[in-house]
Amino acid sequence: MLIRRPSNIRPSEITPPHVWHRRREFVQAALAAGLVGAMARGRAAAPAGTKLATRPGSYSTMEKPTPFEQVTNYCNFYEFGTDKEDPSRTAPNSLHPRPWKVAIEGEIRKPGTFDIDDLMQLAPLEERVYRLRCVEAWSAVVPWVGFSFAELIKKIEPTGNAKFVEFTTLADRKQMPGLSSGVLDWPYTEGLRLDEAMHPLTLLTFGLYGEVLPNQNGAPVRVVIPWKYGFKSAKSLVKIRFTDKQPLNSWQKAAPQEYGFYSNVNPTVDHPRWSQATERRLGEDGLFNKRRPTQMFNGYAEQVAQLYAGMDLKKFY
Amino acid sequence: MSAIGNGGTRALPARERSFARGPTVLSAAAFNRLRAVLFVLALVPLARLFVLGFTDRLGANPVEFVMRSLGTWTLVMLCLTLSITPLRWLTGWPWLVRLRRMIGLFCFFYVGLHFTTYIWLDQWFDAASILKDIAKRPYITAGFAAFLLLIPLAATSTNAMVKRIGGRNWQRLHRLVYVIAGLAILHYFWHKAGKNDFSQVSIYAVIVAGLLGARLVHWMRNRRR
Repeated sequence: MLIRRPSNIRPSEITPPHVWHRRREFVQAALAAGLVGAMARGRAAAPAGTKLATRPGSYSTMEKPTPFEQVTNYCNFYEFGTDKEDPSRTAPNSLHPRPWKVAIEGEIRKPGTFDIDDLMQLAPLEERVYRLRCVEAWSAVVPWVGFSFAELIKKIEPTGNAKFVEFTTLADRKQMPGLSSGVLDWPYTEGLRLDEAMHPLTLLTFGLYGEVLPNQNGAPVRVVIPWKYGFKSAKSLVKIRFTDKQPLNSWQKAAPQEYGFYSNVNPTVDHPRWSQATERRLGEDGLFNKRRPTQMFNGYAEQVAQLYAGMDLKKFY
Repeated sequence: MSAIGNGGTRALPARERSFARGPTVLSAAAFNRLRAVLFVLALVPLARLFVLGFTDRLGANPVEFVMRSLGTWTLVMLCLTLSITPLRWLTGWPWLVRLRRMIGLFCFFYVGLHFTTYIWLDQWFDAASILKDIAKRPYITAGFAAFLLLIPLAATSTNAMVKRIGGRNWQRLHRLVYVIAGLAILHYFWHKAGKNDFSQVSIYAVIVAGLLGARLVHWMRNRRR
């Protein structure tokens, strides 16, 4: 008898009907956009809110997605200011996600610069409902749209020297008012081990809630690594570099005693200034709800624990 | 000179008098009206939280929002309390000092709510977790210490208590507020340290430093005379 594991239940089976019915609209809108796009030689502008054609992906959680309003208004994106509401106030007008190019370079056989619209077409877009756990002990559930980062890795053919991937976020003072503050050393960089980057859960992300990524959520392209604290999931990428050395990510550079390279969600390893044992779910946990327990690897242990077999996760935090 | 009582008989040096614009003497009725207005104003931050709470506008993370808002208003009340004495020197209005107790007690009121939010809504009375926090997390240690030190000041705020322990001892005890102000800034600073986000805390730090610095300058000047 086939016993399906909970992590393989397709989101179509659990999505509330009113959201599920909107899928037709997504598809219709995407078809319309596709026709228009074809006429404009496939270079249609894609502002936030544009619907994307997606298919349900694997690995989706059955948990209730955090409302769109909260996912798009409670953001850490320091390039637009350090308050949670700064990015949603500033980014929609100041960031220009088209035209956009992403340099893909380093230890690969096919380096080059991708136009964002070409990058989006490398593989079919999937909807993946992932848990998101911020290092600040809050969490959300987000229906992302994208494809496994592994799809890109296949295309650009890493050499034998490629051991790590470094992600670089745009740092343009004209578009990002937060850069004038010295909160971090800009540009924002993040990194993964190559095997982490190749894990099918690692998502090259172009949208959420069936739409093009809102600017404040990292338009036009970001990564999402659901078993790591949110800051690992770099936004508004302009460069993806494959290297033989472990990259120094921005937060580790800023506060090495607080933030490490791995930054896997781990309820047993506390942040020096707060416990990571529990979390608050945005939009669900009100004033009078208790904190909920945080899961090892944010609930993705079954999929990713083997990546860290034999490693001391207290040392490699 | 005494920091309590209204001290209205002291002759002001010419430099200080020159800043005075308003009344040096206020009628009892005018003073009571002013105090009533300030009392209501000081409750506005709390009323705002209730309004936001009942209209579901506390944002995605309501506990964090409420806790931070109450912390900020505690610090504002602390700064206002500390500004009374320099303001009195600057304006020469002796009656200002009679507003100080109320504002100081509002500081205690807001820190009480801030602390209650932490132990109740954030921690759900999980004593083990709270004790671990206080011992292990420097910013909570500093904040908790500031809260504890404020308790004796609030407890000795009544006229009867001032009389009981004597004006001089009372004043000595209440100098603790300088330590409390330092701890409060440290609490805020360490809270923001991990994110290198010092924009807000530096504003408060400059204000507190200015208010304490004014006392230092005043004290040195008086010593020279």
